[in-house]
Amino acid sequence: MRTTGVIPSRPKRRLWFGSGIGRLNYRHKQRLFIYGGLLIPLIYFVVIRILPILYSFNVSFREWGMLSTDKPFVGFDNYATLLSDPLFLKSLVNTGIYVVVGVPAQLIAGLIVALLLQQVVKLRGLFRTAYFIPYVTSVVAVSWIFRWLLMKNGIVNALFIELGLGPQSFLYSPTQAIFWIIAVMVWQNIGFQMLIFLAGLQNIPKLYYEAAAIDGATGWQRFVHITIPLLNPVMLLSVVMASIGFLQSFTQVLNMTGGGPLDSTISVVLHIYNLAFKSFDMGLASAATVILFVIIFMLTLVQLKVLGSRFQQE
Amino acid sequence: MTKSGYFSFRPSKTLQFLIAGLLLLSITACSTKPSEESGSAGVTASGDQTEPITIEYWQYEFPAKVELINALIQEFETEHPNIKVKQTNFPYDQYNQKVATLVPAGKGPDVINLYYGWLPKYVQSGYLQPLPESSFPGIAEAFFPFVDTAKLNGSYYALPTGVRTLGLFYNKDLFTKAGLDPDKPPTTWEELVSDAKALTETDKNGQLVTEGFAWEPGSQLHHWFRDGLLYQAGGKDTSEDRRKILWKDTPAGLEAFKYLVDFATMHKVGINGFYTDDANAFKTGHAAINVDGSYRLGSIKKDAPDLNFAVAPLPGYKGKSTQASFWANAIPANVTGEKLEAATAFLQFLISKGVQEQWVEKVGELPAQKEVALQDKYVNDPLLGPFISQLNDANAHFFIDETQERTLFVNAVDEVMLNHVPEEQAFNDLVTKTQKLYDDYWAKQDKKK
Repeated sequence: MRTTGVIPSRPKRRLWFGSGIGRLNYRHKQRLFIYGGLLIPLIYFVVIRILPILYSFNVSFREWGMLSTDKPFVGFDNYATLLSDPLFLKSLVNTGIYVVVGVPAQLIAGLIVALLLQQVVKLRGLFRTAYFIPYVTSVVAVSWIFRWLLMKNGIVNALFIELGLGPQSFLYSPTQAIFWIIAVMVWQNIGFQMLIFLAGLQNIPKLYYEAAAIDGATGWQRFVHITIPLLNPVMLLSVVMASIGFLQSFTQVLNMTGGGPLDSTISVVLHIYNLAFKSFDMGLASAATVILFVIIFMLTLVQLKVLGSRFQQE
Repeated sequence: MTKSGYFSFRPSKTLQFLIAGLLLLSITACSTKPSEESGSAGVTASGDQTEPITIEYWQYEFPAKVELINALIQEFETEHPNIKVKQTNFPYDQYNQKVATLVPAGKGPDVINLYYGWLPKYVQSGYLQPLPESSFPGIAEAFFPFVDTAKLNGSYYALPTGVRTLGLFYNKDLFTKAGLDPDKPPTTWEELVSDAKALTETDKNGQLVTEGFAWEPGSQLHHWFRDGLLYQAGGKDTSEDRRKILWKDTPAGLEAFKYLVDFATMHKVGINGFYTDDANAFKTGHAAINVDGSYRLGSIKKDAPDLNFAVAPLPGYKGKSTQASFWANAIPANVTGEKLEAATAFLQFLISKGVQEQWVEKVGELPAQKEVALQDKYVNDPLLGPFISQLNDANAHFFIDETQERTLFVNAVDEVMLNHVPEEQAFNDLVTKTQKLYDDYWAKQDKKK
């Protein structure tokens, strides 16, 4: 047993100014400021982002008619309905296609543009701007322009006929439409992807390349053994961001095909939108939202684990 | 001892967060309840004659309608000095979203303008109240028959000011160019096909240059099928109790479906997506004939003032029929007491003869009441006349879910077009799927009783 003696109190350290204010010393004030500064965005984040998510969990377990006052608890009924709904399953499969095709396409295209831009000295700014403009253009406007370009008697088809390729159905073909939508999404995101890769490339010390060149490594070897591994953290970010983006495909789909033809392009988010605001079934829509949330959450975790661990070993 | 006790329970960060979240969730879940009470607040103010009652009117943003309603509100307020009306508008795309988010929050309107196809959903949600019968007598006699669509569970829930029907728009210049008489539009199914063929123009690659018949199943053609072609061929849309789809009960359904699809597959006089859609193709002079609604008159006037076109009633076959659709005015369920009286008075005003006449002139929609519509000045109008003359033969089909029903129809046509599924099989599939939609709806309705 230890006895505690009375510790003589040290004279309080006082600041040379404002010593009277609420007896707070400098460190306390500093903390108050920092926590205050952190708390405000946190409250905002919780109220605007987290609470609605939790609330939609609640809605997903109810038969939530849009305007009815009676919202009975139905357990997992909504989930069961969704999982036996061929259209929802179709939208899941389609969303898978958006991700599996879209993400690599966007990454590769972005990387190629970034690598090419790095080689260019003249007019670099011009190219960079040109590639970035689509990213900051309204998605709805872009969708409609492509819808117009790709219509049966549109400019692209005129070109196809001139080249002897014959007219294509584009957005009216159940096999082609989804890939044209992906192409437009990728085209629009190249600028953003390029920018991230450019930043990543600039962080790779020139020293490594010089050393490799002295050792006689070819351009391809340098790319595979230096550029790719050192770009890994940037790529991880890109993969996660792009996956989430493609999992949430909506605006382009709604405006270019509306989910058709024959539901070949409908995405989960478009299906959610139709359930909520066309069929007014908030319960089903929330259940679908929760399913999508879980998918995004799991996929992101897996990506961070798999790709992240590789990065740490390097 | 105390030390170990202190350390024994130490929730992880995630758990702490979850608990906090759940607590907050339970708070918000409780706070959603009291919104119902706000509606009854108007009752307590009764007896006070000096204070005017304010009611709110909601409709979507359509400039001509918004302007006219503003003018009408002034007129109404002079007639009823103790009532004030406030108009609120939302963009069409967001209309349902706004209703979905604002109404449960207790910020609802007292009179609301709705597309008739949404009515079953709104009524099913318990959002509307039946119109008081004593204030709206003799609806069935005064209005054209299609207003029956607003009658659910035995009572009328909404009434229209104006309606639209489908008619045949045709480009007179293209008729002349093709050697057809621009004053003789097709009046039968057969004539429509032969005229469309004569009007179609293709280039050396076989690509369409001019559509003889604008073919866009997702626009109006699915309505044309259900309320035009089907009845003309001798069929019927649904059973009296609206539970059974009758398209397959007579050969008329398949005949109508084939007739519609053949324009694209056999006659090759039109394709979907030509100049983005049928209305656009017609306005730009790339389509010679288009089945469209009377509301298109206004947009043609605005977008293509030089277009030399005329309107004719829909071509007939064994009988005559066209589709009618309308935006109707209804009173939400939570409106009671004095507010209900004021809302009823405003709705009575909205369907009065004077308002309907202004509606034709300023908005371009047809009067919904026989007495108003069948006046000579409308019947003899070259553009309005063809639409008016069809009102008696107009059907407004009952919708369970407008979007889903349209998608099913478009998909059936696409199955034939893109997957070369035989027409009969695609049609049978369509009937089965549509019937399932109806069955699910009615099963839910029956469960509620």
